[in-house]
Amino acid sequence: MAERLLALLLVFAPLSLVSLGGGPSIFAEMQRQAVEVHGWITPREFVDLFAISRAAPGPGSLISALIGWQAAGFWGAVAAAIGLYGPSSCVLLVVGGWWRRRGDSPVRRVIERGLAPVAVGLILAGVLTLLQADGAGWLEFATLGLCTLALLRGASPYLVMLVVALVYAALQHAALLPG
Amino acid sequence: MPEKPWGAAGEGGVKAEARLGEILLVFTSLGMASFGGGLPGWMHREVVVRRGWMTDEAFLAGVALGQVLPGPNSINLALYIGQQLRGLPGAGMAFLGILGPPFLFILGLALAYRWGAGLTGLAVVLGGVAAAGLANSLAVAWRSGSRMRGLWPWIVVVAVFLAVGVLRWPMIPVVLVVVPISIALAWWAGRADG
Repeated sequence: MAERLLALLLVFAPLSLVSLGGGPSIFAEMQRQAVEVHGWITPREFVDLFAISRAAPGPGSLISALIGWQAAGFWGAVAAAIGLYGPSSCVLLVVGGWWRRRGDSPVRRVIERGLAPVAVGLILAGVLTLLQADGAGWLEFATLGLCTLALLRGASPYLVMLVVALVYAALQHAALLPG
Repeated sequence: MPEKPWGAAGEGGVKAEARLGEILLVFTSLGMASFGGGLPGWMHREVVVRRGWMTDEAFLAGVALGQVLPGPNSINLALYIGQQLRGLPGAGMAFLGILGPPFLFILGLALAYRWGAGLTGLAVVLGGVAAAGLANSLAVAWRSGSRMRGLWPWIVVVAVFLAVGVLRWPMIPVVLVVVPISIALAWWAGRADG
């Protein structure tokens, strides 16, 4: 058992440092390690776990926790999550700590002003990418447009999401949506 | 010196003293709300708009940093915010809050799946909720964008969006090229302002 927890840590820790932009860059290697190298899960199970991780909240890379769970139960899930998020978090904290010590210097203000439009561009690109990945149709685009308008007019996002969930559930119940 | 958005910033763009328990609470609710990809939008709303813990610009710097460094963007951004507010303990609280609820949720979902519950219906509903979550991202882009002065930030926004979103160029090289240019433009614009 302890060996398997250690193996999970050792599989996911290196992946952590190459997981640029989150999950998609490392899914292939996760699949190879979990299915082919260690035989923790079958190829079919990986596909199912992938679907679950897409449906669930949180980062897509939480599929690591599901793999750990299949391999070694709850503590396997914990070990996999620590392996996958530990090293990258340490890198971020080192950079963030340096950034924090800069205080409110003019240099930092200029860097922040320069980073702001890059961040806005990346956010917009992320929205487009996720819409394409989900195979969004007119319904999703309409939902997105209406919700953005509602939010900009000051609506609570929790209320917006609740309304959308209810509308989708109702549409599906009336068999107007596939699924 | 240009005027500071969102009121006067304290040291390092951190404005208000946030208590550790409050950080844990805020990020736990964010973690529960993290369907789809709208998390930067949710965090911006809670941390910048509602609580005023941080300036808009300090927040956006965290967004860029979190995307460029390894690790999931949402978790990186949570760690960054927690650390800027209260150092390592703050980062720990934010990490637990943002990852804890989805971690438990996904294990519960896997259990339900093992017991043979159908996932397709749930997936459709969650897909709709994800689209609503993305609206948060659009809203933060809109709000932050409307605060930018001059033409150059918009050129940068469009260039990054086209390169990464439309043309699907790899993000890291794009960012490495654009960031120095953008910072140089910010410096130049700051001098032109006076």
